[in-house]
Amino acid sequence: MGAVKTVDARGLSCPMPVLQTQQALQDVSGGTIEVLVDSGTSRDNVIRTAEKAGWRVGVTEDADGSYRLALTK
Amino acid sequence: MKALGNFLASRWGPIVTGVAVGVLAPILVKLGNPGNMGVCVACFSRDIAGALGLHRAGLVQYIRPEIIGFVLGASLAALAFGEFRARTGSAPLVRFLLGMFAVIGALVFLGCPWRAYLRLSGGDWNAVAGILGLGAGIGLGIVFLRRGFSLGRNRPASAALAWVMPVLMVVLFLLLLFAPQFGRDAQGAAGGPIFFSTQGPGSQHAPLLLSLVAGLGIGFLAQRSRFCTVGAIRDMILVRDTHLLNGVLALIAAAFLTNLVLGLFHAGFANQPVAHTSTLWNFGGMLLSGLAFTLAGGCPGRQLFLAGEGDADAAVFGLGMIVGAGVAHNFSAASSTAGPGPYGPALVIVGMLVCIAIGLTMRETRVA
Repeated sequence: MGAVKTVDARGLSCPMPVLQTQQALQDVSGGTIEVLVDSGTSRDNVIRTAEKAGWRVGVTEDADGSYRLALTK
Repeated sequence: MKALGNFLASRWGPIVTGVAVGVLAPILVKLGNPGNMGVCVACFSRDIAGALGLHRAGLVQYIRPEIIGFVLGASLAALAFGEFRARTGSAPLVRFLLGMFAVIGALVFLGCPWRAYLRLSGGDWNAVAGILGLGAGIGLGIVFLRRGFSLGRNRPASAALAWVMPVLMVVLFLLLLFAPQFGRDAQGAAGGPIFFSTQGPGSQHAPLLLSLVAGLGIGFLAQRSRFCTVGAIRDMILVRDTHLLNGVLALIAAAFLTNLVLGLFHAGFANQPVAHTSTLWNFGGMLLSGLAFTLAGGCPGRQLFLAGEGDADAAVFGLGMIVGAGVAHNFSAASSTAGPGPYGPALVIVGMLVCIAIGLTMRETRVA
């Protein structure tokens, strides 16, 4: 299944990646949301936020060191 | 090393970091640092500004090895855990201004958020007004964040950029060791370019190597655990996340106990070390500080740790803190134990207006 929505939070400082993820989670009741981040801090924060809201998170690291987080529920 | 990295990235990371700071800071006081000032990024930036001659307040001039350790410890952790990465381009000039005003506010209170918690742990009840001001400033920052405030995205940069701040810290360390005196004043007498206090808080310091090692250890732990004394309150209000708050609570508890054990706990408002009793300006100074740190994305320690891992925008914020500390003293805004400096309140108001203007006007411009 393709991502229903992509949040590109690369290059943003705290807490913008978390805020944008939270906004995206509130907009839908389920499905898949892809979140792009490019720091370990943002990756961990987004994972924590999504898991707390009951979403599962899959992580893949891109060649340029950024991360694709697949949030599913 | 991987297991340590994973542990520090877990919910225990901020707690372990907080305990380390809470134990080490009072020990540094016992070994010579000024009272309730085992670690204070604002005060230490002020001392470094003075040592470099950016202000001439003779009582507060010293190159604090803790700050050097913070940056280099974070660099070591970032290198060890594969997070050392050059990046820049997120409104560095605005971050410089935020760094300046954050430290000006902190020097009206007489301490950054780290020291606010350490002062509380030492029984200095004046810190309560400061922490309330900090919370109010963070709350105001959150209003701007919710309205869409952003300093924009950073971009990956040449690897060399990541090394600039660590190298600057090594240079600072060499200046601390050798303290060159080839400058001349108007009368031709030798003095500077490095100035060290012979009395007052600037002359009080723990042994150099111990301070450096403590800073390195804290920097290492904090880089990996993302310890942040402003993010702690911000995340609690914004997303009900206590991950970072646990670290601050651990810091306060550990520092309280260590102060008790070392005989450094003295409860009260009056005669607290490097503190004044103006509730209004303890609150007002930290209100400005809290707002500026929130708009910049993290507390002063966090900015130094980010700078250590290659974030050149955070490094510019750090340099803004050093320049801001010089401005605070040259413009008679920094407080003393007698109370706020004559122009402290005015500079706090100017700072609030500048930060509010930044909060209202800065938006993400690039469409993702």
